Amino acid sequence: MGNKKLLDRDGVRELIGSLASDIINRNRKNIKNICIIGIRNRGDILAERLAKYIYKETGIKPPVGAIDITLYRDDLTTIGPRPLIGPSEIPCSIDNRIVILVDDVLYTGRTVRAALDELVDFGRPLRIELAVLVDRGGRELPICPDYVGIKEDVDKSLNVAVYLEELDGEEGVIVKKEEYGKV
Amino acid sequence: MERFKQKHLLGIEELSRDEIDSILDTAIIMKSVLERRIKKVPTLRGITVANLFFEPSTRTLNSFLIAERRLSADTINVSKSFSSVLKGETLLDTARNLEAMRVDMVVIRHSVPCSPHYLAERISASVINAGDGAHEHPTQALLDMLTLRERFGNIEGLKVSIIGDILHSRVARSLTIGLLKKGADVILCGPPTFLPEWFEDYGVKITYNLKDAIVDRDVIYVLRIQRERQDAAFLPSLREYIRYYSVNRDVLNRYARKDVIIMHPGPVNRGVELAPDVADGPWSLILHQVTNGIAVRMAILYLLSGIGSSGGVE
Repeated sequence: MGNKKLLDRDGVRELIGSLASDIINRNRKNIKNICIIGIRNRGDILAERLAKYIYKETGIKPPVGAIDITLYRDDLTTIGPRPLIGPSEIPCSIDNRIVILVDDVLYTGRTVRAALDELVDFGRPLRIELAVLVDRGGRELPICPDYVGIKEDVDKSLNVAVYLEELDGEEGVIVKKEEYGKV
Repeated sequence: MERFKQKHLLGIEELSRDEIDSILDTAIIMKSVLERRIKKVPTLRGITVANLFFEPSTRTLNSFLIAERRLSADTINVSKSFSSVLKGETLLDTARNLEAMRVDMVVIRHSVPCSPHYLAERISASVINAGDGAHEHPTQALLDMLTLRERFGNIEGLKVSIIGDILHSRVARSLTIGLLKKGADVILCGPPTFLPEWFEDYGVKITYNLKDAIVDRDVIYVLRIQRERQDAAFLPSLREYIRYYSVNRDVLNRYARKDVIIMHPGPVNRGVELAPDVADGPWSLILHQVTNGIAVRMAILYLLSGIGSSGGVE
C-alpha cells in the first residue's frame, strides 16, 4: 500500500552498467590503480558487480573489498542493544590507490562518514570516490557522491529499499511507507 | 538484525548457546581489527571502564586493558594494594564511588564467589566477571572456545580433556559449562582430592588416570597447579603430582593422537603440570589463546556496552 517502484530488475542493471562506465571514463588512465570497496550489506554486492562490468569493458579486474561500518557508527551510544558486526575485507593495500566506495542508498551521509573514517585506518588512498545506486537526498553531512545511478528526493517518512538477487532473491528499488532507520 | 541483550557477563552459566556464538562471531571481527595497521576503532569513545582487580593478575588485567584501549574506551584501574580497600572500604562502596565518577562498565576480579553478581544487582553499570574465587572465569572460557573454533571449525563433538586441579579452578568450571553447552565431549582428570564428585552432575566423565584422559582426545587442556591457593592436604607432594599427572612429551608420544592440541590458561608452571617442550611445542595453542583473549574481551565490551548506563535502553 503506497509503495512505489522506483526501479525494476532491468532498471537496476542498466544503472549499474552506467555507473561502471562513468567510473571507467573518469579513471581511464588509472584503471589499474582502482580498488572497489562496498559498504555492507548491499554495497559489497554492487562493488562486485561493478568490478565484473569493468573487467568486461577493460580486461582489468579491480580488487574488490567490503567494509562493515558498525564499529565506526556515530549513534552507537543511543541505539541500545548492539547490532552484530560483519567482517571488513580490504583486498589490497589502499595506499596511493583510487578507492571507489560503493553503497546502495545515499541518505544522511552518516554511513559514508563512518566508512571514510574506517578506510583511512587501513591506509592513505590517493583519493576516495563515492558511487551510489540511489541518492535519496536528505543529507545531514557535507557529503557529495561522484557517481549516482538515480537521484530521487524521498520524504524522510519513507524508506528506500534496494533488493539485489544475491541477497534477496529478487531485484529492484522500492520506496516504502515504513520508518527509515531500522537496522 | 539480531541484537545482543545481556547487560552483564557474570558467568558462562548465564549465557545461552546462541549468545556464546554471537560473542565468538563478534570476537572474530575484533581479531581482524588487531591485524590492521591502526589497531584501534572509535566504538567505545566516551565510555569509561573501571578494572577492579582484588586478586593478583597480569595477563587478564593487561588483556582487558588492551581490549578497552583498542575500542577507545577510557580506563581506570583499582587494585587492592593501592586503594581504599586497604583502609576498609567495602566492595559496594568502592563500586558506588566509581559509579559516582560516571563509570559505565566494571570489570571485576575478586576472591569471593559471586561478587560480580552481588555488584550487578546493586549498581547500574555493566559488570564483567574477570574471575570470582573458584566459581567462574567466563572470558577465559570464551577465549578458549574461540581458539577451539578457529582450530577445528566447530566445537560440537570435540573430545576435550581438562587435567589438573579441577576443584580450585574457575577456568575448569566455566570451560566445562561452555563446552557442554556447545556439545563437546568433556573428561575431567586429576587426583581424587582435586575432583569433586558434583562435577558429574554436569554430565562430564571423570577419571583419575592420566592415560584415559589422553588416549584419542582432540584437545588436552592442562590447568595450572595453583600453589598459592593450595592447602597442603590436597596433595601429598608436588613430586607425586608430577609423576602421575604431568603432561610431557613421553606421555603424549605413548598415548596421544598425533594431531592432539595442548592448551593452558597460563601462567605455566614449567615442569610441573606441563613440560616445557610441550608448552613450546607444535601441539601448543597457548599463545593463540593469549591473542584471542584480547579479541574476546573486545567483543564482550562492545556487546555489553549497548545495555549499560550510557546505552539508553534499560
